[in-house]
Amino acid sequence: MGIQIDLDKCTGCGNCLPYCPFDLIEIVDEKAHIKDGCTLCGACQEACDYEAILIEVVAETAVISDTHYGIWVFAEQRNGQLKNVGYELLSKGRELANTLKTELCAVCFGYNINGVEQLTAYGADKVYLIDDPTLDNQQEDLYTGQLVKLIQEYRPEIVIAGATSFGRSFIPRVAAILKTGLTADCTGLEIDTERRLLLQTRPTFGGNVMATIICQTRRPQMSTVRPRVFKKNTPDKTRMGQIIKVDFNKEGITSRTKLINFIEDLTERVKLEDADIIVSGGRGLGKAENFQLLGELAAVMGAALGSSRPPVDDGWIPYSHQVGQTGKTVCPKLYVACGISGAVQHLAGMQTSDIIVAINDDPKAPIFEVATYGIVGDLFKVVPMLTEKLKNE
Amino acid sequence: MNVVVCLKQVPGITEVKIDPETNTLIREGIKNIVNPFDTYALEEGVRIKERYGGKVTTVTMGPPQAEEVLREAISLGADEAILFSDSAFAGADTLATAYTLATAINKIQEYDLIICGRQTVDGDTGQVGPELAEMLGIPFVAYVSKVEEIESDHMRIQRMVEDGHEAIETLLPAVITVVKEINVPRLPSLRGLAKAKSAAIPTWTAIELGVDENTVGLPGSATKVIKVFFPQRVHRGEILQGELGSQVESLLDNLREIKVI
Repeated sequence: MGIQIDLDKCTGCGNCLPYCPFDLIEIVDEKAHIKDGCTLCGACQEACDYEAILIEVVAETAVISDTHYGIWVFAEQRNGQLKNVGYELLSKGRELANTLKTELCAVCFGYNINGVEQLTAYGADKVYLIDDPTLDNQQEDLYTGQLVKLIQEYRPEIVIAGATSFGRSFIPRVAAILKTGLTADCTGLEIDTERRLLLQTRPTFGGNVMATIICQTRRPQMSTVRPRVFKKNTPDKTRMGQIIKVDFNKEGITSRTKLINFIEDLTERVKLEDADIIVSGGRGLGKAENFQLLGELAAVMGAALGSSRPPVDDGWIPYSHQVGQTGKTVCPKLYVACGISGAVQHLAGMQTSDIIVAINDDPKAPIFEVATYGIVGDLFKVVPMLTEKLKNE
Repeated sequence: MNVVVCLKQVPGITEVKIDPETNTLIREGIKNIVNPFDTYALEEGVRIKERYGGKVTTVTMGPPQAEEVLREAISLGADEAILFSDSAFAGADTLATAYTLATAINKIQEYDLIICGRQTVDGDTGQVGPELAEMLGIPFVAYVSKVEEIESDHMRIQRMVEDGHEAIETLLPAVITVVKEINVPRLPSLRGLAKAKSAAIPTWTAIELGVDENTVGLPGSATKVIKVFFPQRVHRGEILQGELGSQVESLLDNLREIKVI
């Protein structure tokens, strides 16, 4: 069990050293030596030209039950409104279901949910719907218990959910009860058709490294995906699907947490995730008051206001505006980055935007590498000029 | 209030750069640190102890050198620390990690509240907290930004969601994960540093925990990393030239041409 170096094959070349994401390989007596802390990720194994690195994994003996069938998408709603992330996941799920030649089902819990038939228009063959007043606000204990019961009854082979704050909070609990694998914040989902496995690719180390992960023997295979990572298809209103109403099975499920009240963040006029244009500010703004400048530009463009991490850390703007690895993932038609240097954590949240404009006085700022158009200059001159010209149109 | 705070030792690589020649991480000067989000968990644990009495026990699962983060935690106000370390724990995914932590915390017995950071900066999953809660069979609240009031068997907290804050009441014991908005962590005190130096930190191995080796580490993991690679950045940069005024003009012309404005 574990990782071993074949001392006969190892030449001590050191090629594997920089590939270890944890810096755990050293050369001792002209041979590679693995220090404590190895997670057996296998990055070094691929880098070795001499097949000298052996990672011994206990042969998976558990037989996968072939009674697991179908791909499920958890379609989240809030206050009766379905979230876009559900449509995005159904669009991706449709692709995966076609490859696997299986059915695609949406699972939706809530009360008086609007437009459930939209779920079939975006690709679901079946919708399991639980409409019950007690599921009105997202009570995690109830959602966890009920989703587990449904999965145990219908045995899907794959379950995908949005990595919203709600999804990231209750989906891991579902996985823990089912004792199965869950991969967070996937940015790529593909099928290995030969082994019927879901290949789940996600950023790790703050977006510096990508990892592809499988869940070999346990079912269902579970993933979460952030909003705006996958594109939603055009809904097909003529698609036929079955809406199956399921009664809320309260047996053995009680809520131990209670929502007292919700305090809405009122500074967010246009929702970041739904915006076509985002004007975003970084450390280069210098102080909280300067967000006013961006606010004016955003207003004339009909844009949402975003931020990189430093302004949020310094309390210039609420967290709900943060774009990046620990904030939101966005994919607008136009992203205007003002005074943002472009740390990898920020890029991870916005680099798939259609058009990126960067305004920064440092020509070496990494943001210019991903920018479609870059202006090297003082944002305090450029931004008001933009606002003025757009206003006069 | 007996609080258990879960910590993780991570490489301090949040500002890491990629070497464009070899496409690998540049790691000069990289040290292991306490996962930044966990420092807020620790601070909140210590504040709760100061307000309501009790003690703070910090725990971590990791290689022997992970003991460093526990000593640091003691210097910052933790009362006790336990290291869960065994080569059998290596290669654990979030499920196996949560299982190991749950088994160990059950052995600690005396706990009213377990606090974790919202996620680690290396794995970035945020899954261990909720999985741990489920394995202990106790309530869970994520992204807590304020602890308002603690009563004997329940507490009132605020947590962050996408579009605002929710005030929530939860039964105790519970697991919470915290965001950085919750507090400003203190610096170590001289007394704390002295205490950290001499503190006895027990190590619990798989034997002490009484776990079957097939339920922890890589064999106990449901997921497996099969490939690690560096992301390709899309290089599309066109730096506009000329005077600022004409750059702004040409930017707007470009944007109009492709009809994004």
